[in-house]
This record gives sequence, C-alpha cells and structure tokens, in this order.
Amino acid sequence: MKIVLEHLTKRFPNRNKKIKTEVIAANDLTFEIPDGALIGLLGPSGCGKSTTLNLISGLEVPTEGRVYFGEDDVTDLPPEKRGVGLVFQNYALYPHMTVLENIMFPLGNFKGDERLPKEEMKRRAYEAAKLVQIEELMERRPSELSGGQQQRVAIARALVKRPGVLLLDEPLSNLDARLRLATREEIRRIQRETGITTIFVTHDQEEAMSISDLIVVMKDGVIHQISKPQAVYDDPVNLFVATFLGTPKINVFSGSVKDGRLFLGSDAVLGVPGVPDGEVTVGIRPEGFLPSPDGPMVCGLSRVEVMGRDTSIVFTHPAFDGEAGRAIVDAEDAAGLEPGEVRFALRPSKTHLFDPVTGDRIRPRDASEA
Amino acid sequence: MKQHGLKAWLYLAPAIAFLGLFMVYPLVDVVVYSLEEGYNSASQSYFGVGLYNFSYVLRDPYFLQAVKNTMILVLITVPVSTGLALLISLGLNSIKALKKLFQTVYFLPYVTNTLAVGLVFMILFKKTAYSDGLINLLIHAFGGPTVDFIDGPYWAKILVSSIYTVWIVLPFKILILTSALASVNPMYYSAAKVDGTSKRRIFWRITLPMISPMLFYLIITGFIGAFKAYSDAVALFGVDLNAAGMNTIVGYVYDMLYGNSGGYPSYASAAALILFSIVFTITCVNLLISRKNAVV
Repeated sequence: MKIVLEHLTKRFPNRNKKIKTEVIAANDLTFEIPDGALIGLLGPSGCGKSTTLNLISGLEVPTEGRVYFGEDDVTDLPPEKRGVGLVFQNYALYPHMTVLENIMFPLGNFKGDERLPKEEMKRRAYEAAKLVQIEELMERRPSELSGGQQQRVAIARALVKRPGVLLLDEPLSNLDARLRLATREEIRRIQRETGITTIFVTHDQEEAMSISDLIVVMKDGVIHQISKPQAVYDDPVNLFVATFLGTPKINVFSGSVKDGRLFLGSDAVLGVPGVPDGEVTVGIRPEGFLPSPDGPMVCGLSRVEVMGRDTSIVFTHPAFDGEAGRAIVDAEDAAGLEPGEVRFALRPSKTHLFDPVTGDRIRPRDASEA
Repeated sequence: MKQHGLKAWLYLAPAIAFLGLFMVYPLVDVVVYSLEEGYNSASQSYFGVGLYNFSYVLRDPYFLQAVKNTMILVLITVPVSTGLALLISLGLNSIKALKKLFQTVYFLPYVTNTLAVGLVFMILFKKTAYSDGLINLLIHAFGGPTVDFIDGPYWAKILVSSIYTVWIVLPFKILILTSALASVNPMYYSAAKVDGTSKRRIFWRITLPMISPMLFYLIITGFIGAFKAYSDAVALFGVDLNAAGMNTIVGYVYDMLYGNSGGYPSYASAAALILFSIVFTITCVNLLISRKNAVV
C-alpha cells in the first residue's frame, strides 16, 4: 500500500510546564512511500522519527496535516482501523502468554462476521510463524526465548492480521551485534516475501543503509533528505546528512573558494569550476584522499593504522575542524609512508562543499545549468 | 574459613538473640502451655500433659461463636475489599484530573486511628437515647424500620463489622493495586490498541494477568489479616465481645489470658494454635492456587 504524508506536524506541550513553548516533534513532513517499499527513517535520537511512526500507526494524532494509505485518508482513523502491524522496540510480547497465544491474540479481536474459528486462527498463526521460522517455539513463553526469537515472534504477531503496512520501531536496537546483522537480512527477506510496505525507525545508519530501498534522514522533526541509500551517502544535501552518514565520519574543513579553486589554508587543493567565491565548509569522505608525492594537500601525518585491505591514515591539517582527520586508502598506496608529512590529492566526487552558515550543499553553478 | 564462620555467627548473634527471645521462645512456650493440663499460673503447676486444652476449647460455645464470626467476616470482607480495591484502583488509574486528591482521600483511613474510626461508626450506626444514628435516620427517611446495628440482631452487627473492616483494609489494597497497575508497561496497551483489542479483553487478558501476583499477595495477606481481627470488633462493640456475641478468635485468646474470664494461658495457647493451623491451611491453599496461575 502506498503511504502519503501531507504537511504532517505534531506538537507536544513542553514537559517542563513553566516553559510555554511547544516541542515540535514532527514539522511539516511531506513525503510519499511507494507500495511495497522498505523505508528506513533515520536520525539521531529525539529527531521525531518515532513520533512519525506513531503518526502513521495512529497511536498519535497529528496536530496538522493528513495521512493517506493508498487513496484513503486515514488521519482520523484509530490504529485498529488502519490495518497496520506494529513491532515495538521492546517487542511488547505478553509475558503470560505462550508464543502461539501471543501470535493469535490480534486475531481474537475480530468481531462479528470477521470472527474466525479457533482452527483458522491457529492455522494463520502457524503460517505467520513459518514465515519468521519459529514454528518449533510455539509453546514457549517469551521469557524462554532469546532476543532474536522474541523479535521474530513480535514480527509474526504484527503480520498475522495481514496488515497493509508493517511498522518497526528500532527493530534491532535490543539485539547484540551478530544477531543484528542476521536479523536485518531476515527483515529484508520477510519484507520481500510478503511484499508489504514496511517502515522502520533506526538511529543506526549502517542498518538503514544496508536494507532500505529509501532512506528518510530526519533531524529535529524535519526531513533533510529522502534518497536511495547510496545517494544519501554520495550526494548529501547538507552538512548534517554528510556528517551523520558514514563511518568513519566525513572530514570537515573550513576553506574558501577563489577563482574556481578550493583553498584549505593557503593550499589550492582542488579545482571547483562554477562555484562562486567565498567561505565554504568542506566535507571530504575518508576514501576521498589519494596519497601522492606531489599532491596539493599537505598534511601532518600522526599515525598509520593497518586494517588489512585498507589502511587508515590519521592526519592533521590547520584547516581541519577538530583534532585529527582520517583518510582510508588502499594498503598499497600507503606503503612507505613515514610519520611527518603526507601529501594527498582529492577525489572530486568525494569532496562536498557546504554553506558555512546554513550548512546547505553548494553545487557548481554551471553543472546545474548544463 | 573457620574464622569467617565465627565472624558470621558474631554478626548474626544480635538478631538471633532477639528473634530467639521474642519469637522462637514464645512460640515453643505456646505449644508447651497448650499441652499442660490444669496449669495454674499462680502456683506454676499442672496436673499432666495431654490434649485436654484443645478439646475444652473446641467445645467452648464462646470459641465456636468466635470461629463462626471470624469465618463469616473473612468470607465477606476479603473478596469484597479486594474486589472494591481493584475497581477503585482501575478508576484511579484511568482518571487524570484530581488523581492525586482522590489517591489521598482513599488513603486516609490507613493513617486514621482504629478507635477514632470506631467512634465515627458509632455516630453512624449506634442507637442512643438521643439519636438512632445517621444511618437509621436515613432508613427512617425512606420509610424503613430502624435497626439497632450495634446491640441488635446478629446479621446487623455482622454487616456493620464487615463495612468497618472493608473500609479499614481498603487503603492498603488500593495503594498496592494502583502501583501494580501503574507498573504495567504502557507498551502492552499500545500493542493491544493497534490490534483493536476491546477494553474488556485488555482487562481480562492483559491487565489482570499482569497484576495477578500482587492480587494474590493481597488475597493471602487479606486472609491472614482478617483471621487475626480483634481491634475492629473492640472498636465497635466494646471489650466484652462474648456478651455481644461478636468475639473473634484472637479476641477469645485475649479474653482467656486477660479478660474477665482470664487467667487460662493453656486454653489461650490451644486456641492460638488452632487459629494458626486454620491460617496455615488457608495460606497453603492460596499459594497452591496462585502457583497454578503463576505468570512465568
């Protein structure tokens, strides 16, 4: 099912009652989620992504704006009428019920003609359990399950009603690192098999990058960018998106542009045709540095960390915004580097310019005209 | 290792001494008293050892009356007070405005002196030369016959006694249940809400099982407390409970020790042990039932 959010805004009264200003958890969100897509809502904690999820599920009522499922306006519908399956961060499995009873619970809420015979309820519960591969755990209680298994039960319980939309709130945050990798593949698989439109919330960029069809990057209740995962990384719209995505972090410098050339300190490091003169904030991805003996960017070399295939070079530069930057280069290119000085050439595609005040991306003017 | 053991015993010594002196020794002594036939407290002598004290107590009409009164009060007040407390807690939990005020109001009886409450009940229920009591005035206003609740028919006295006990024990139960209800993670309710669960089903399938450990705790302590009732009866009917026909088992024990018919520690001990065995049996039954329904 396609989901459309239109100017969705949610304001909460401030928790500190003395402060009259309201907290804006979601600010004028407008975007469309295509049918059958897996969407990652990504942002730092407190950015309003959980609120957005609750607005879609109907647990929260928006202050302004509308929510559409397909062609239907569901803004005023309570959660149970929207046909959503919701998986909570802590799974919210009922501890006093077995796995089977937990999965069957939503079916027991059907009323009137929709009411299913017990056998059919059981059949559907097993069908959902099979999808998440937990059929052999049906008689256990949640406390007897591992975190990953509880997660699967929660997904089965969300899917058993055959909802049009599946919502997952921080689905992997309670799992250990190894399970996290396996479970996110599992979520992707389940989503592919059912073709259900799925939205999940996360603060972990790697999680979002690895399984989403589209990533929505949020901060302070505002959407900063909606793109395919690779595009969010390669083509950030502003400094926040650039710094939030990528490990190790993007290296940020203060620089200036003069006559189509980018200056970091006194060195002209890169030609940037079409960019107007002025101060800029420069973001360079760690893989944007190429060690070369006559490279234009002169840096102090603090240390070299060998990581096998790649080598991480920790460097200092007078224009760098912080202590030390980090470049990731091929092990071959880093051979023979000695502490002291290192020279880099920059890859233009990995070097992004931002407005030092607004943080917005500065793009070459002629490129956009062409 | 040995030194550690010594040290541990040293630390435990004060507690062991106090518990031994004030708990274990009296308990043993009660058993000893209950088996000494014809014990005389003045000469500290007795005729023999046997179960006569028990058979005397079990044949004493005052004791049988006390057992009957206690049983009736237990069977009425435990379910009624627990049920009422649950209803009030659910109410308190679902309101937002004035919640604190109502919580305080419902908790007031807990900190109010039993005898002061008894006095208020007198004003409400007692017939005197000047007034029939407020409740009788009400009954009268609706055209009913007045009833003497304090010195009148048995069931009128049981009624007043029950109302009194329920009112006294309610605050603690409400306190426990409201905190139990508040400790249910709201995400369970959100999860149920997304699935369109009716309020009824949420209560029976989620809320009740979640608070059932606390509910069982209240039922068990409620039974024990109700079996030990004494001061409630005194507050309502005065110290001569046998004459009022409203004695309780603990009241009987007290009377046997210090009352007008007092001076019989052996009978008192036997009665106390009978009370203990009743409470013990009921608690075991309660625990068995709660185990069966336990939440894992």
